[in-house]
Amino acid sequence: MNVLFGAAKALFADGDLLTSSVVVIIKVLVAFVLLLVGVMLYIWGMRKWIADMQNRVGPAKAGPFGILQTLADGIKLFFKEQTIPSSAHRGVFRLAPYLSIMPAFLMFCVVPIGGEVTILGRTTSLQVVDLPFGAMFVLACSGIGVYGVMLAGWSSGSKYPLLGSVRASAQLLSYEAAFGLGILGALIHTGTLSTREIASLQAWENWRSFYEGWNLVPAFGAFFIFIIAALAETNHPPFDLVEAEQELVGGFITEYSGIRFAIFFLAEFMNVITMCAIATTLFLGGPSGPSLGFIDADNFINVWLMPIFWFMIKTIALTYGTVWLRAATPRMRYDKLMAFCWKYLIEAAILWIMFEIALELAKKNGWNRYTTVGLAATACLVLYGVLMLCVPKPGETVEEFR
Amino acid sequence: MHAMLAATESFHVNAVLFYALAALALAGAIGVVISRNPVHSALFLVATMIVIAVFFLTLSAPMVAIVQVIVYASAIVVLFLFVIMLLGIDRQEMLAADDRKYQRIGGAVLGACTLVALIGMTVTNWQLGARTASRRGIEEAGATGDVDNIRPMARTLFTQFAWQFQVTAALLVIAVIGSVVLARRSSRPSREEVAA
Repeated sequence: MNVLFGAAKALFADGDLLTSSVVVIIKVLVAFVLLLVGVMLYIWGMRKWIADMQNRVGPAKAGPFGILQTLADGIKLFFKEQTIPSSAHRGVFRLAPYLSIMPAFLMFCVVPIGGEVTILGRTTSLQVVDLPFGAMFVLACSGIGVYGVMLAGWSSGSKYPLLGSVRASAQLLSYEAAFGLGILGALIHTGTLSTREIASLQAWENWRSFYEGWNLVPAFGAFFIFIIAALAETNHPPFDLVEAEQELVGGFITEYSGIRFAIFFLAEFMNVITMCAIATTLFLGGPSGPSLGFIDADNFINVWLMPIFWFMIKTIALTYGTVWLRAATPRMRYDKLMAFCWKYLIEAAILWIMFEIALELAKKNGWNRYTTVGLAATACLVLYGVLMLCVPKPGETVEEFR
Repeated sequence: MHAMLAATESFHVNAVLFYALAALALAGAIGVVISRNPVHSALFLVATMIVIAVFFLTLSAPMVAIVQVIVYASAIVVLFLFVIMLLGIDRQEMLAADDRKYQRIGGAVLGACTLVALIGMTVTNWQLGARTASRRGIEEAGATGDVDNIRPMARTLFTQFAWQFQVTAALLVIAVIGSVVLARRSSRPSREEVAA
């Protein structure tokens, strides 16, 4: 039982039950509202940014700068009729959207969005829960998220959704391997699975923390692998094969309407935001950043607002990057997508992990840093070259086994 | 707060938690067996897997619990579902047509054996080998105050059981390559045979 109580102790710092429960409830509500509002703003921002890139105005009617457009769309979807095809498996059809949204929200619970603060006399970290295995919890949630898409397509009881979901499950399973290796890249440097500890290990001391503390510099390869795999995990363009409308009508979502349709899209955008937040935590130092020097260090602004500000800035920068990708890249072809994952990305990820382990060993044993980097990089590149020679080229026929 | 934790660590809460989880796990397991639709069976299997993960959590093994969710609930059952969907065997008629007499008898015999083995293990406090039964990792975790027992587990896995670990990895690779070889074996004659 120790672990459950360990988690309970992490949730409730010392004190009486009532205040601790209130703090927990506040944290859960704030995280939930933050995500929902975040999704609303993200969709609006995405439409505005893409409109800018395409020389259009974008949503402009609802509210100032069209900021209420998403809210209006949500309300409309909420009141629309929900249809269930007669050939659908009704129970699973109703269940699927919730299987999609729950992991999306749960994943955000382990992300620390600020530093250590005091609420109602309780010192607590600004995250819903600090699990001792937070980084693996992310992996578990993204794995469970596959069920939503998969069962939605299957339970719709028609051809195109089924094809879409079979595709989706193959894609998500494949990229999960690269996703896990990307997370591993950050964990090698931190040596812990707890997201709070990962963030505090990258804490800001001075300007040198940017390249000495943050995981981005020593693990930049893992960062790019993580971002690519995370985009594929969230069905984000250019990996949105799941809903490729030229080929599949709408993929798994074809038969959904009304609020269930909205829940699927909510989950999808929530996942994008959560992935950006996790990338911020793992690689970009989370809430770490310079605080305001002209105000006291224990002032409300420096304790509360500045860490949240830095976290938000980094996450928004990453989400802007995803929007940019959405606007700029054409959708990949399905065979290219799978080949990219299995033939290039996973190999690169494994070799990058080996390279990082070599660096970490060099640091621990006091080897010459430059020799180690040179030798390890050469070895990895040679190995990668040999692996690439083994990969059949496009159009090349492979001898069949008999 | 500590008083509350101490109180909840009593026998009653553990027992209530155990029976509630056991009921859920059993419900899931029965669902797997009696569902007419393979996809529903797979979903019940996921429910059972997740409840078992919670069991591990209550046994102070969070690492095993999270691995249970990642490997079984989110990889293996997804693959089951993938195969079910890809082959389109989610129709009841096909299952009914494949109803063989020996299958049922064999299933009953194996089920009875498992039941006897389980009862035997419960009654006689059976230990599965001296090494696995050693509580080294747990004791180590208790000594260092490591609540997440990730380090002790990794240390045992990569030192004491390193050889077994590598052999298991090799076994998995062999299984994958073997299945690819078997699946890609074509019934068509090869080029050499055509030429000859």
